[in-house]
Amino acid sequence: MELNVRLFALYRERAGGSMLSITIPDKATVADLTNEVRRRWPNLAPPEVEIVVAVNTDYADSAVVLQPGDDVCLIPPVSGG
Amino acid sequence: MIELTEKTLDPDGITNKVRRDTNGAVVTFLGTTRDNFEGKTVVTLEYEAFDEMAVKKLEEVRQELIGEFGLEQIAISHRIGTVGIGEISLVIAVGSPHRKEAFNACHKAVDRIKEVVPIWKKEVYQDGSRWVACEDHEFSPSDQTSTGTHAN
Repeated sequence: MELNVRLFALYRERAGGSMLSITIPDKATVADLTNEVRRRWPNLAPPEVEIVVAVNTDYADSAVVLQPGDDVCLIPPVSGG
Repeated sequence: MIELTEKTLDPDGITNKVRRDTNGAVVTFLGTTRDNFEGKTVVTLEYEAFDEMAVKKLEEVRQELIGEFGLEQIAISHRIGTVGIGEISLVIAVGSPHRKEAFNACHKAVDRIKEVVPIWKKEVYQDGSRWVACEDHEFSPSDQTSTGTHAN
């Protein structure tokens, strides 16, 4: 399936755009997604840091299975306040 | 009681939202933008939010504190967009029958917001900029990196 992944802040700037179009197998997990993101866009985050993912406006752990049409966003370290 | 806005925040108006005759204490926290970081002059700040999720997480923080401290009145407003130095970027107002719960809830609200709400702050300097709290995302010389990769 193809997913559009939204980017914010540091990731948006590093990618040079606010959306990544990514193809992953059906029933792929969040971990599969971040692996594919790292493979195709290795300049987003160093290998040793976690890429935090939000699915449908909630934080999603690496085992969550993605569905077509999910709202998927990559969340760099937050710094509100 | 939750607000994300590009407009100047009004601490009095936000504080008044939580005032009740049953409350003996109101604590209002103002987050203000600082003009320096490690000796460098900050010219301005840029706040970016994932709006839908930020509003949802702010409301979750609010509900969490209401449950934990037995309060009913908490108002949170966060500014986004360009914020000048010395301006207010965050207002948290807590109303409570007693002061201890109001102080504690307000303190915890700031900590939780900084942990879970998808809002990002960029400090802009004369000669560059920095996304705050992203130090762990700096590439070290040993990382295998590629450059010039762009979003499609």
